[in-house]
Amino acid sequence: MAIALVDGIVVEFDERENLNGIQLARRAGVEIPHYCWHPGLSVVASCRMCLVEIGFRNAVTGEVRLLPKLVAACNTPAQDGLVLVTQSAKVQQARAMVQEDLLLRHPVDCPICDKAGECLLQDYYYRYGHRQRRAPWGPFTSRRKDIGEKITLFVDRCIMCSRCVRFTREISGTAELMIVDRGNHQEIDIFPGFPINNKLSGNVVDLCPVGALGDKEFLYKQRVWYLTSHPSVCVQCATGCSIWVDENQDRIWRLRPRENPFVNKWWMCNDGRYAYPYVHSPQRLVGARRKAPDGWCDLDWSSLVEELRQFLEQKERLAAVVSPFLTVEEAYLLCRAIRQVDPRAPLVLGDVPQVGEDERFPGGFAIAREKCPNRRGVEEVIAHFIGRVPPVEELPELVRRHGAQAVWLSGEYPQGWAKLEWLPALAELGVALIVHDLFPSALCDRAEFVVGAPAFAEKAGSYVNRHDRLQSVPAAIRPPKGVFPAGRLLWRLLGQEGTYEPASVLQEVARNISYFRAALGTIPPVGVDLKVNLLAVAENGTVNDLGTESLMIG
Amino acid sequence: MTEFEPVLLANKDKDRSWTIQVYEGSGGYATLRHVLKEKSPEEVRKAVDSARLRGRGGAGFLTALKWSFLPKDHPGPFYMCVNADESEPGTFCNRVQLECDPHQVLEGIILSCYATGVQRAYIYLRYEYHLAFKRLTEAIKEAYDKNFLGRNIRGHDFSLDIYVHRGAGAYICGEETGLLSSLEGRRPYPRSKPPYPTVRGLFGKPTIINNVETLACVRHILERGPEWFRSIGTPPPPDDPQDPGSFGPKIFCLSGHVNRPGVYELPLGIPCGEVIERYGGGVWKGRRVKAVVVGGISTGLLSASELETPLDFSGPIRAGCLGLGTGGVVVLDETFPIVEVMYNGCRFFAHESCGQCTPCREGVPYALEVIERIRRGEGRLVDLDTLSEIGQAIGITPGTTICGLADGAAWVIRTCVSKFREELEDHIRRTNPQGYRRRLPPGTIVLPQGAPAGIVTRKVQTQWTIYPNYQLEMINKPTGN
Repeated sequence: MAIALVDGIVVEFDERENLNGIQLARRAGVEIPHYCWHPGLSVVASCRMCLVEIGFRNAVTGEVRLLPKLVAACNTPAQDGLVLVTQSAKVQQARAMVQEDLLLRHPVDCPICDKAGECLLQDYYYRYGHRQRRAPWGPFTSRRKDIGEKITLFVDRCIMCSRCVRFTREISGTAELMIVDRGNHQEIDIFPGFPINNKLSGNVVDLCPVGALGDKEFLYKQRVWYLTSHPSVCVQCATGCSIWVDENQDRIWRLRPRENPFVNKWWMCNDGRYAYPYVHSPQRLVGARRKAPDGWCDLDWSSLVEELRQFLEQKERLAAVVSPFLTVEEAYLLCRAIRQVDPRAPLVLGDVPQVGEDERFPGGFAIAREKCPNRRGVEEVIAHFIGRVPPVEELPELVRRHGAQAVWLSGEYPQGWAKLEWLPALAELGVALIVHDLFPSALCDRAEFVVGAPAFAEKAGSYVNRHDRLQSVPAAIRPPKGVFPAGRLLWRLLGQEGTYEPASVLQEVARNISYFRAALGTIPPVGVDLKVNLLAVAENGTVNDLGTESLMIG
Repeated sequence: MTEFEPVLLANKDKDRSWTIQVYEGSGGYATLRHVLKEKSPEEVRKAVDSARLRGRGGAGFLTALKWSFLPKDHPGPFYMCVNADESEPGTFCNRVQLECDPHQVLEGIILSCYATGVQRAYIYLRYEYHLAFKRLTEAIKEAYDKNFLGRNIRGHDFSLDIYVHRGAGAYICGEETGLLSSLEGRRPYPRSKPPYPTVRGLFGKPTIINNVETLACVRHILERGPEWFRSIGTPPPPDDPQDPGSFGPKIFCLSGHVNRPGVYELPLGIPCGEVIERYGGGVWKGRRVKAVVVGGISTGLLSASELETPLDFSGPIRAGCLGLGTGGVVVLDETFPIVEVMYNGCRFFAHESCGQCTPCREGVPYALEVIERIRRGEGRLVDLDTLSEIGQAIGITPGTTICGLADGAAWVIRTCVSKFREELEDHIRRTNPQGYRRRLPPGTIVLPQGAPAGIVTRKVQTQWTIYPNYQLEMINKPTGN
């Protein structure tokens, strides 16, 4: 272990970690302000905000020698004996100068700027800036430039950190953005006719430390200080990006990537980022209803559970379609509930939507062709109950062979059911359907029960992505009135005591199903790798706790 | 130094001096033949080392020391970049060399490449030097024809190719790593050092970057020996072990308010006043000197009282300037206002800032704006403090920028404000008799939240200075883009 001193605080680190000065200081709990540096991008050291004094400590004598000049911390590799001084008068003067310089031609239009409230320029000016502006000229207007389908650029707010330019070159590999002109005339631009429309373009808005790049979907919709962020997982593909759901009063306003070095690093794709509006679609199924001789009969929460239980017990022979959009806990409870009534009931995996091929980007980010979040988890749950995982196409055959009289259909597909070829065959058998879904479909017309289901942000639970990483997230918003989260419904249906707690259900799953063994205990924000832990179980016969990986926030 | 004999410009006035016939006629390429036959690269390096040749491009780094930083066990290839992007204001010595005697430079390049094991050299030529480009490309062709370039030069197993690359008129390409980025086809943003170009330079390979004049000196060192070279110039002062001394001839470009401006090859260490009086024929119109730009505008100014400063690598530093720079001596007579010097210098550096580092990109135009206000007659005395603060804070010496070109702007401001503060104060008092004492610029709004919590009083909160034409100014102001 190497040792460095940051403002007198001793930091131990491993030189193989390749830390820079900013990361090193963060280990000591010292924040070094920076704009252009981002852990996922190359180092340019151009904003000069992270200037610090550095020196070296002689290991034998303990003598410290400081360099006479300031050095950019982002470009200083952490090494044994390094001494960082981040609070000296010299450093503070340099920071104040950079702050003053950056605001010279900045329009300071914070009242109409989307970034206000989460803007580094604002934050740092209050912390490190001069007390008063002495530049002898007034505010400027902010020119707006349309540079893409989703992205707009406020030219004069830009501080030229070039994060967005580096992102399009290094991560998305599309290189639409560039810097044109020179000196203080330079600005970010696109080549005429080649807008920034790649599938990762939304990330440049998150990367922008100031309000220069705006997201057209979010522009002027909400002030960020009204938003509450909740950790969640994107359900649009099997990559399962960690995200933040930003909501205000149960309405989602935007999704942002949440740093997870094991899944999505710092990025997410536009497919996931802009998919949330379906959550607030007026077409969604709300409430529960049962077929009555003269149409539909609405059910309230208390009677729904009772009626469902009676119905299931009366039908005796059952089957279920377990959707890959269910959480692990919900899938487990569903299988248990069905199998409690009918211990030989067939369980099938719901339709797994596939679109095109995996899309891979030079920076390592990948969008999976499989457009559902939890195929792996649901498969393992089904396999635990019936030993194999039949696809949904086998449903009519299984129902016929088993003589099932009622089928529980869980859907929750944001885009609706992709394939329903098996439905006529199922309808011929005359079984009763219990549909628990987001949107109306052909299934609802033939259903005995139709129950509104929650969207991804409305339910807590765990998802397993295609690389066997399990992430547990809480609910971000409350479901609309009359929507019954599958977990709570099934919990009541099973006659369990108390309220539905996904965490305790997951513990039960982890105890009962060996695949989920690594999920025992608390799940860290970055999730746990079920596959690695399975190997560890196989080798050592014990559960290896990898749940404490340290997390560096960008 | 009466016996000083010019060598770098010896051929300048000969008829068709740029052709290989004239050059060979005056002993050219004889050194190269001799060295290829008799000397090993190691011996060439030793000769340059013992001559204590320092780079003529501005920084004055020891050339042999730079060469010695090349990694020993690197598979190669190594590159040589010749910096001929001479764009420092007041400097035109490389131009004369390349136009009048390109073969001398080529011979220096070939010898240096031989010494360092380089097989490919690039000459980064300033775009505006059209004649130099023409003569240099012709000279390279002639050298190829005579097998001074190409494969197996003169039967030796040493090969070298030279390519001329023309810049596109950017000052920043004269910075060595900016030059490399430009050669690679990228935006000429200077790179952070370390790694230095000698370790990781052009296309990621070890690269030596030397100035045209430095390489021309290499040829003469090998022809006449290091002892001859060390007999010219000033030896290191005994009290400063860091100073390797300033040896050899240097080309000075004399311009400005003198009777005989031009290019003069003089020994290093010659006093500034002697250059002006003896070679420049004195200040024009019988006036006196007010200030002298020592070596290109970025080195700053000498005042009239500092004319005894020896023009070597350490003399201008002792006189409060950045250094010898490129040897572009610009003389300003007593009638010339210093604020115009600052204005012109800052305008140049604001225009030529590459825009990478915030302090240079925004700070120099800020200084320019302040100077423009002073010129418009709206200056305040406090502006000089602001200028001095900007001058102190920008550059690679305080560490706030990546490259050294920001220092150029800083030293102009710094030396002008420190050496000519009285004149500037007079100018401000005279042109702005009403407002020169004001602390804040008109239109300033003092925001209460900027003050620390303990001192926020009612007095501070009510101190809102509203400029009557505030709205109007906002609308009429150009956006700066």
